[in-house]
Amino acid sequence: MSENNGKDRKKRLALVATKGTLDWAYPPFILASAAAAMDWEVGIFFTFYGLPLLKKEVEASVSPLGNPAMPMKMPFGSKGFQSINWPMPNLLMSNVPGFESMATGLMKKMFKSKGVATVEELREACVDMDVRLIGCQMTMDVFGFTKEEFIDEAEVAGAAAFLAYAAEADVNMFV
Amino acid sequence: MGATKIDKKLDCSGMLCPMPVVKTKKALKDMEVGEVLEMISTDAGAMPDMQAWANQTGHELLDAKEEDNTYTFLVKKTH
Repeated sequence: MSENNGKDRKKRLALVATKGTLDWAYPPFILASAAAAMDWEVGIFFTFYGLPLLKKEVEASVSPLGNPAMPMKMPFGSKGFQSINWPMPNLLMSNVPGFESMATGLMKKMFKSKGVATVEELREACVDMDVRLIGCQMTMDVFGFTKEEFIDEAEVAGAAAFLAYAAEADVNMFV
Repeated sequence: MGATKIDKKLDCSGMLCPMPVVKTKKALKDMEVGEVLEMISTDAGAMPDMQAWANQTGHELLDAKEEDNTYTFLVKKTH
């Protein structure tokens, strides 16, 4: 195929996205869009908590729980202030009402101020470059999702179908 | 340098990974084979990323330089 540097077929990346928090929403979409930009064929299988990332409106938020190493920095103030790594003990965070929305707001602001695209922008870039976005049928049944809740470009398949796709991939990743 | 004719310019200043390569691919889509794109990036990872990108896509990286934390790439569309 002349499209791919003279090689006979495109490279393929198969990703499994299993997590739905804002911080974990980034890696699959970043890797997928970067690979697609390199003319690779890309498919992401959204399963378990990753499935809501296919919803028309992405509602991902940050849960600092279970992320004990999560650095929290203020997206405003002097450079010195911004570079402070605020310790966020899990016990404290989990007990403070509204902490999750505060952490989500902080992360969104920090990402934006540094020039990181939003999850929605990255997903759009993926759609533009024909990344296959595949929802897990089983998870849909368990959690009660319908295909209508997902963006139009989403497909639905099961584990066997995705594995058949992944078997032909050059790079496989589980996020 | 200087002799290369630039057909299109793309400013990715302020954008982080993976947007420079994503925007570069998009920009090339509307260009003719043989035309040259100048892409500017301030992403500190742009140098290895653009080299890998060129290597994977087969488009030709005519020039890649850094000055004051700003990277300038000249990409020739080859297919």
